[in-house]
Amino acid sequence: MAALDRETSPTLAAPGPPPAAGARGRRWRWLAGGAAGAAFLLVLPRLMPGSYQLHLLNLAGIYVIVVLGLNFILGWAGQISLGHAAFWGLGAYASALLTTRLGWPFAGGLVAAIVLTGLFGVVVGIPTLRLRGHYLAMATVGVAEIVRLVLVNWEPVTGGALGVKNVPPASFGPLLIRTELSFYYLILAWALLALLGAWQLQRSTFGRILQAIRDSEIAAEVMGVDAPRYKVLAFALSAVYAGIGGCLYAHLSGYISPDTYGFDQTVVFVTMLVLGGAGSLAGCVLGAVLLTFLPEWLRVLKDYYMVIYGVSVLLLMVFLPGGVVGLLRQAISRRRLAISHQPSAVSSPLAESRADAPGPGPMDG
Amino acid sequence: MAESYLLETRELTMRFGGLLAVDALDLRVAAGTIHAVIGPNGAGKSTLINLLSGIYRPTRGAIVLDGRDVAGRRPYEITRLGLSRTFQNIRLFHALSVVENVMVAEHFRAGITFLDALLGTPRARRGEARLRERARAALQFVGLAERADLPAAHLAYGQQRLLEIARALATEPRLLLLDEPAAGMNRREAADLMERLRAIRDQGITVLLVEHNMRLVMGVSDQVTVLDFGRKIAEGPPSAVQRDPRVVEAYLGQEARHA
Repeated sequence: MAALDRETSPTLAAPGPPPAAGARGRRWRWLAGGAAGAAFLLVLPRLMPGSYQLHLLNLAGIYVIVVLGLNFILGWAGQISLGHAAFWGLGAYASALLTTRLGWPFAGGLVAAIVLTGLFGVVVGIPTLRLRGHYLAMATVGVAEIVRLVLVNWEPVTGGALGVKNVPPASFGPLLIRTELSFYYLILAWALLALLGAWQLQRSTFGRILQAIRDSEIAAEVMGVDAPRYKVLAFALSAVYAGIGGCLYAHLSGYISPDTYGFDQTVVFVTMLVLGGAGSLAGCVLGAVLLTFLPEWLRVLKDYYMVIYGVSVLLLMVFLPGGVVGLLRQAISRRRLAISHQPSAVSSPLAESRADAPGPGPMDG
Repeated sequence: MAESYLLETRELTMRFGGLLAVDALDLRVAAGTIHAVIGPNGAGKSTLINLLSGIYRPTRGAIVLDGRDVAGRRPYEITRLGLSRTFQNIRLFHALSVVENVMVAEHFRAGITFLDALLGTPRARRGEARLRERARAALQFVGLAERADLPAAHLAYGQQRLLEIARALATEPRLLLLDEPAAGMNRREAADLMERLRAIRDQGITVLLVEHNMRLVMGVSDQVTVLDFGRKIAEGPPSAVQRDPRVVEAYLGQEARHA
């Protein structure tokens, strides 16, 4: 797992150093990197050219949470789940309805979103995760469609196609989180928490077992792994992450409607994960941020934008099967190789290779 | 019962459509022995291993492991009851390192809950450290200690087979099923394997060995069962089985008769 930890990008304020065996220098490097990352994240919203960009940054943060969640089931456990928008929608509607209709505080809505999506994840996971491959994918698409239809048609409760208006801003007691800027820090806190949780699990038995199930479910079972149980657990956790993201989204935008929770949204999440690099935490973050901003960068192209967007995503997927993180890793190992042939080199390949990250994609279409 | 049998199958039968892959098989494996199962291709050896390890559910019959009928139980339950196996077509966890492959195998003895893992509690950390330590010991035993941190996919073929054995041993089985462990090994590796199998038996682990390499089978086994078309056609110590005319016929068929 060391290989996966290593690339946790410095821009994420990597969550604390591991208690590595005696390496004091390494601990200091971690601390310095963490401090630099934290400083960067704190000033980042001030660097955004406008309030719309800041809004995008907030969206990116929410997507990071959701994609980290999707990674548990799709990236680690290798189960193709195409119903993620349902969990994201459930979290959003749970909190939006409880706060608008019943006057619950934001924190109550958030807790309800977490509990509800978690339970829903277990209830959906137990029957569907007996299926494999395409059948699982189909079943999850079906479940998500059912959820969407309920949101559209159960008008007295969900408001139907009109959605839920005037979702209150987030608040903790007297502390109101109303502006994009204050939301940024709330989302940042949750995204870091989500990342920390995923990072803990990655280094643990749980993370290893999920990856073992992906590589060979039969072998994992023969090694004493109750695979269905672990898959359901991963699915529920995945749902909880999506629920948190959905709840934050509802309170950030103040208005939600069923359109936001269809299959398109699932495709966006899956694309973020695969493009960034499924299985890698840094990949989740990169994919979510990149795909949130990519459409904006391509906006200058006007009518051609969707075409270019589609083609660039396609090209990235075809030529970067390991995602952006896979490319970075290749670049790093190539550099290491090159450096190991020149014994005097002292530069850190990790810091520099970040410059190798691909830009918005081929502009020559 | 004069001898104590660790594993006993009674009328064990597996039918795939019209094919009887294992046909009313009564097999007895004595504790503390190396027991080989041989037979021509399609004799039902791999099906037998899949039945014993719970991957297939038998059509009929009982599988008694240490006095308990385990037929129809899930693989992970059977593993926890003390039976472990390797795979003929190697099934490692490629994305994990060598030592992590072994750590997966013994996780259920560490007692780390999901919450422990998520919160990184002291119990989780202690458990992880113990897992890693024991995994390294298992790797030491098969001679892969130096490769512990390589990705499993980077191992040479013969080493991958050894990792399969280390992983199976890490579940602390009383009965170890080895499905063609010497396939693809050269003569020296196979000779090393023979030594290791004896060492495994001497630790008190019973070994059920399915293998095509006759030099290995005859050199290491205490007892040999010969299958053909899912039925037992001969059984006994290696020297007796080797001379059994039914065995010669099953292996060489028509040619043997003409010879």
